Amino acid sequence: MNIALLIIAVFLAVAIFLGIQARRGRDMDLEQWAVGGRGFGTLFVFLLLAGEIYTTFTFLGGSGWAYGEGGPAFYILSYGCLAYVISYWLLPAIWRYAKKHRLHSQSDFFVSKYNSQALGVLVSIVAVIAMVPSYLVLQLKGLGIIVSIASYGTISSNVAALIGAAAVTVYVMISGIRSSAWTAVIKDIMVLSVAIFLGLYLPFKFYGGVGDMFRQIQAHKPGFLALPGTGYDVPWFISTVLLTALGFYMWPHTFGSIFSARNERVFRRNAVYLPLYQLILLFVFFVGFAAILQVPGLTGDKVDLSLLKLSIKAFDPWLVGLIGAAGLLTALVPGSMLLMTSATVLSKNVYRAFAPSASEQRVNRLAKILVPFIAAVAWYFTVNSGKTIVLLLLLGYSFVTQLFPALIFSLFPNNFVNKWGAAAGIIVGVIIVTYVTVAQTTIGQILPFLPTSLADVNVGIVALLANLLVTVLVSLATRSFGAKEQPA
Amino acid sequence: MKPVYLLAVVPFLGILGGIVFANRVEPYVFGLPFILFWIVLWVILTSAIMAIIYRLDPANREERQ
Repeated sequence: MNIALLIIAVFLAVAIFLGIQARRGRDMDLEQWAVGGRGFGTLFVFLLLAGEIYTTFTFLGGSGWAYGEGGPAFYILSYGCLAYVISYWLLPAIWRYAKKHRLHSQSDFFVSKYNSQALGVLVSIVAVIAMVPSYLVLQLKGLGIIVSIASYGTISSNVAALIGAAAVTVYVMISGIRSSAWTAVIKDIMVLSVAIFLGLYLPFKFYGGVGDMFRQIQAHKPGFLALPGTGYDVPWFISTVLLTALGFYMWPHTFGSIFSARNERVFRRNAVYLPLYQLILLFVFFVGFAAILQVPGLTGDKVDLSLLKLSIKAFDPWLVGLIGAAGLLTALVPGSMLLMTSATVLSKNVYRAFAPSASEQRVNRLAKILVPFIAAVAWYFTVNSGKTIVLLLLLGYSFVTQLFPALIFSLFPNNFVNKWGAAAGIIVGVIIVTYVTVAQTTIGQILPFLPTSLADVNVGIVALLANLLVTVLVSLATRSFGAKEQPA
Repeated sequence: MKPVYLLAVVPFLGILGGIVFANRVEPYVFGLPFILFWIVLWVILTSAIMAIIYRLDPANREERQ
């Protein structure tokens, strides 16, 4: 075992140890600690919150896309910003209703709003379909890349992904429902220092500065730093930013975190500050761009290796180990949360809907049993997917954003959308996304009569429009018998 | 619907609408390609706009008391 792999293994051991500790003693609620910020300096709190947005998606995926695609990667900087604008109104409305009706999960919210247990099950299944093959898979993929690269090629990426899946499973099984807040703190501090260091040092070392780096890239690949004329072009950018901004809070874990806030003003205040944290992503982009002329030739999903490949070229193995360890934590912390959420949603919101008499204990035990199975499924997808990390998450967003119309309508007073419309809309949206994904086609190929300017529009947005249309039409068509069935 | 809420449309226009005109590498601003500078600028402006909305929104003033 080389020094880089050893350092990564030590960090994994520490994370698991902290997980065990968290289970034993009282664990600290990171939300209260970071957001409240009492006793900690503003700078420290800022750093913690900034670290939160770094997952494998941004760390390896963001740099990978900057390396492989160039300008289109900037969508990552844009969508969170618009999501926070929406959050100013969206989150307080969800929070108020959830508090009044004592709700605990995303599924509960739809069940209560539409007075339909079946809709809750549908929402849960769509959420798990969105999470496992994309969001969870990309964390495993990241873990696999890190372990494989840090082994300097002695461990294949499939075996490395298996090690990653096993690590996340063990971590979840040991630390239970509440993972250690301290692991998250270590992760935030490490990944932030690593990203800022790499983002400033690497362009300086190889090009003499950030500005010089961009000029040299432009000289070698003219136009690469902007959006291309086809493919990931301007219509793609606009539709993708919109899709991901609307879907931002539709994930079960982010939706669930809304409920934990103390009051609704927290959301409005966060909408002012959170956009600024996005700027930390710049450093990750810089690393990906620095790799373009230094470690050329990575194609397909290998672009996600760019940050680590460049690190190996630039640094000694021990420093590569530390960078890999930071990467490990960015995959382990969100990965464990996603795995846990998926298992809990399937057990609490799907299984219990069919077996209402099941005891709390039985539901919890089922959630635990599901963890290794879901991890195995995710590993299978990881090994069989040739997609980059960014494309994996975009696929997840195409699914999860289908929940948005039913949610938004439910927040209006005198909502005319009923459970039939909501369910039909979600199902149509999901079918369209599935078809386009499985058939590996584009909107331009399905609807050849569209002007070429719309050929590359994100399929998720097209599915969302169809979803919206079906939601409205079915609600109006079923109005009469909906009213008879449940007088409101 | 309070009029100040309409300000929230501006970041959408700046990022989604502006990209049509800002999709270019040159000129460089602060060393950044123009498209990247444009998005960074709008991230900062979005924060400023949300601060104005927050300040003028009576919902926040009532709760502070």
